[in-house]
Amino acid sequence: MSRGYFEEFGGRFVPETLMPALDELEEVYLALKNDPEFINELKALLADYSGRPTSLYYAEQLTKYYGGAKIYLKREDLNHTGAHKINNTLGQILLARKMGKKRIIAETGAGQHGVATATVAARFNLDCKVYMGAEDIERQALNVYKMEMLGAEVIPVTSGSRTLKDATNEAIRDWVTNVENTHYIIGSVVGPHPYPEMVRDFQRIIGDETKEQIKEKEGRLPDYILACVGGGSNAMGIFYPFVEDKEVNLIGVEASGKGIDSGQHAATLTAGRVGVLHGSKSYLLQDDDGQIIPAYSISAGLDYPGVGPEHSYLKSIERVKYHSASDLEAIAAFKLLSEKEGIIPALESSHALSYLEKLAPELDQDQLIVVNLSGRGDKDINNFKKIREAEKDE
Amino acid sequence: MNKITAQFQNKNALITYISGGDPSLEMTEKLIYKLQNEGVDLIEIGIPFSDPLADGPVIQEASQRALKAGTTLKKLIAKLDKIQNRVEVPLILMGYYNSILNYGEKEFARDISKAGISGVIVPDLPVDERADLFKYLAEFDISQIMLVTPNTSEQRLKKISAKSSGFLYCVAHLGTTGDDQQGIYPELETYLNRVRKTAGELPLGLGFGIDGPEKAKKIIDYSDGIIIGSALIKVIQAGNNEDEMLNNAGQFVKSIKSKL
Repeated sequence: MSRGYFEEFGGRFVPETLMPALDELEEVYLALKNDPEFINELKALLADYSGRPTSLYYAEQLTKYYGGAKIYLKREDLNHTGAHKINNTLGQILLARKMGKKRIIAETGAGQHGVATATVAARFNLDCKVYMGAEDIERQALNVYKMEMLGAEVIPVTSGSRTLKDATNEAIRDWVTNVENTHYIIGSVVGPHPYPEMVRDFQRIIGDETKEQIKEKEGRLPDYILACVGGGSNAMGIFYPFVEDKEVNLIGVEASGKGIDSGQHAATLTAGRVGVLHGSKSYLLQDDDGQIIPAYSISAGLDYPGVGPEHSYLKSIERVKYHSASDLEAIAAFKLLSEKEGIIPALESSHALSYLEKLAPELDQDQLIVVNLSGRGDKDINNFKKIREAEKDE
Repeated sequence: MNKITAQFQNKNALITYISGGDPSLEMTEKLIYKLQNEGVDLIEIGIPFSDPLADGPVIQEASQRALKAGTTLKKLIAKLDKIQNRVEVPLILMGYYNSILNYGEKEFARDISKAGISGVIVPDLPVDERADLFKYLAEFDISQIMLVTPNTSEQRLKKISAKSSGFLYCVAHLGTTGDDQQGIYPELETYLNRVRKTAGELPLGLGFGIDGPEKAKKIIDYSDGIIIGSALIKVIQAGNNEDEMLNNAGQFVKSIKSKL
């Protein structure tokens, strides 16, 4: 079996107990990946259950506002459950069923992956537990209600920094203990092999559709693609089909929180060092002693001190450029899109949108930018009070 | 003979785990002497890590206390280096791969060899993973103690026991450290017989979830030694001051040894 490396990044750094489960998962995944029955079933679910293909929308008002390149939005926010996360959970739930697992566990930060997992677990009648940092439970109360409504048990995680990193630790501990009957649905392109590769493959539909749609609308490929990067699944999903198209500039936007210098950020690729966390080797936020530094971002979905190993690889070969956007920049973009286009974006996606301000005006009007609008912002509305406070601090 | 393997000769070895720097490196030093005096055969010292995903709550908290006290891998190695002349029982460092990677794999092997450490356990570094650490540990003659679990396949068992030296760490159940809810793996005897057939002469140490003398007594016939961590840390923590803590550790070791 392949070792799951993207050059020096990736691998399988996990307790021995998990090795049989990872081998089994890899084997089943590789077998089903090209199985017409599996492909058709997933395709049908993505179409009829989630509403794919999502549209590629020409944001005319936003384009006018910046007065530069033509801006398109890939509307992953229109998926069932409101984000791209369901592309992956639908794929993985079919694998879990194939492996005969009766129990599903997941970690969640913003709650989008938790909701997407609870949703498919309900649909396929499997028992579901979602680990969520106590801090995030507070920030994303709406998603907690949704998960409970869907029949999942949300388990608050109070260890460590009480956010996504710690929820992931707890999910892994649960998996080590219940590995024989449980499938762990990881929500991003992180974790031990085969997760980074498998989750990317389930998410690449974003990029595949984008390619077809932009060709249809513009007769060519875009000049730039922007996506936010926490763990990095929406970005890998839209980037991957374009990696060989060298004329397309790929830009990942991390969360710089209150600023890289403040130490309160989640800009792993911008400010981290290579290490091992949650089963793979990649860039990490860590101190001189190799202790993981808790990440910070106003957006719970980007609040993660690691990043998918394939992003580390794409950075190392300079195929993707990684920048960062602060809380305040993201909030400004959040408001701007709401006002100009009548679309309320997720705070995560707002980080990618905020980069338009630097990029779009610098480009000619015949150039094309696609932004992956990875999720919708309903879940962030009740955070508005905090957002206003953040602005006052400015 | 390997210094660690020698500790299993003609007896059931008692291996105890404490978290380095919990609650201070001075206390770690005192605990090492205490455990040594009580006749513990091998001492594992945990390298505190912020995200110990193979550990249950007791060792997680112990790591947190150590980190809060400012413990780093550098300081821990320096401490062990300083006391090596007073320590006769072989010491084993147990820690997560990121701590070692961050320290530098070669530098780590070199420095712990200088500090007189006999072995290393890295629970999140599987046998087939790419790591220079394996090479450097061999170069500096430090035992690499690897783990097997009840669900480890024959094929992996062969690879792991071929690469492990000192002893083979047999995880007693599917779960994290200190998980005494799990009980003993129902087919423990079959599991350990299967491991022994493949591991040959390599002694088998059994650990995870052994919470006291009663459980120790039930399982001791199947392995060559037992490893106790969380249960020991719990009784140490129950002490109100340093003397009580050391005394508790001593009493606990006595109670286990009486069953071996």
